[in-house]
Amino acid sequence: MNKCIAIFCVLTLLIFAGCQHTPSPLPILGIHDIQGTDTTYHHIPDFRFMNQDSQWITNQTYEDKLYIAEFFFTSCPTICPKVKQQLMRVDERFKDDDRVMILSHTIDFRRDSIPRLKNYADKLSIQAPKWSLVYGPQEEIYTIDSAYLSVALVSEDAPGGYDHSGLLVMVDKNRHVRSYCYGTEEDDVDRFILDIDKLLREEY
Amino acid sequence: MVACDSNPYKTGENLFNNYCANCHMDDGKGLGDLIPTITGTDYMKKNPNSIVCIIRYGLKDTITVEGKTYAEPMLGIPELDDIAITNIANYINYRWPYRSEYLTIADTRKILDTCRAE
Repeated sequence: MNKCIAIFCVLTLLIFAGCQHTPSPLPILGIHDIQGTDTTYHHIPDFRFMNQDSQWITNQTYEDKLYIAEFFFTSCPTICPKVKQQLMRVDERFKDDDRVMILSHTIDFRRDSIPRLKNYADKLSIQAPKWSLVYGPQEEIYTIDSAYLSVALVSEDAPGGYDHSGLLVMVDKNRHVRSYCYGTEEDDVDRFILDIDKLLREEY
Repeated sequence: MVACDSNPYKTGENLFNNYCANCHMDDGKGLGDLIPTITGTDYMKKNPNSIVCIIRYGLKDTITVEGKTYAEPMLGIPELDDIAITNIANYINYRWPYRSEYLTIADTRKILDTCRAE
């Protein structure tokens, strides 16, 4: 009898211990502005860029959506093709879910153009507006880039003339950055896909 | 025992991973209609020496691989010397056969002489 009670206690404890592991929501990333008790969370500012189909893409495009932002350029000889391969995997995974969209910004304002982005999109079967490749003036792209906690620089030392991070950045419907991954690392992208699933399940 | 499953082209493999796999991918299959596959294709079998010139000097012309046309230029990789190019060409041939004979450094230099002038 005592043995039974002991087993019952252990089982009860295990169940409660299990309950404590309720998954926490994805954090809001970035440097937040805290004034006294008020916190203004880091968020993506207003933007307007043109995509491969010459449509304007703005914050309104992503109202009520979850979107993935990245930075690349079409003639990039280093990490971009690998990041694109991984992003195509993400696109394939969510192709029938219209809550998920992708926004790729070119950082090559010198050589890239709308026709070049169109050509690139066609060769990879990338379709707007689900997946937009956008062009914008240098200062606007480089400003929005830092809002995505990413990095893009003109660098004559870097192959292709630009230095950038290869991050994929997840943004929610409140313009908050919620997760990111290294677009060159397959394992990290797997984890990122799980984060997308989680956010969709809990907040959409 | 060790030799059973180990690749005899380790140097070529490292060079491939650092210089080729970013675009042609770890599995050699390239990317969509943008970057061609290099897995023992008809193009490579027909032009087994061209890989040497392409690695050194790049490719500006349109090429057709397995029925698909690719127009994006590839940049040459001047920092790879004759030995490195030989190692990569042999490693690729080990993974995805496209030539019958092992490439020697002398072969590479002879091939490079033919494309240097272009």
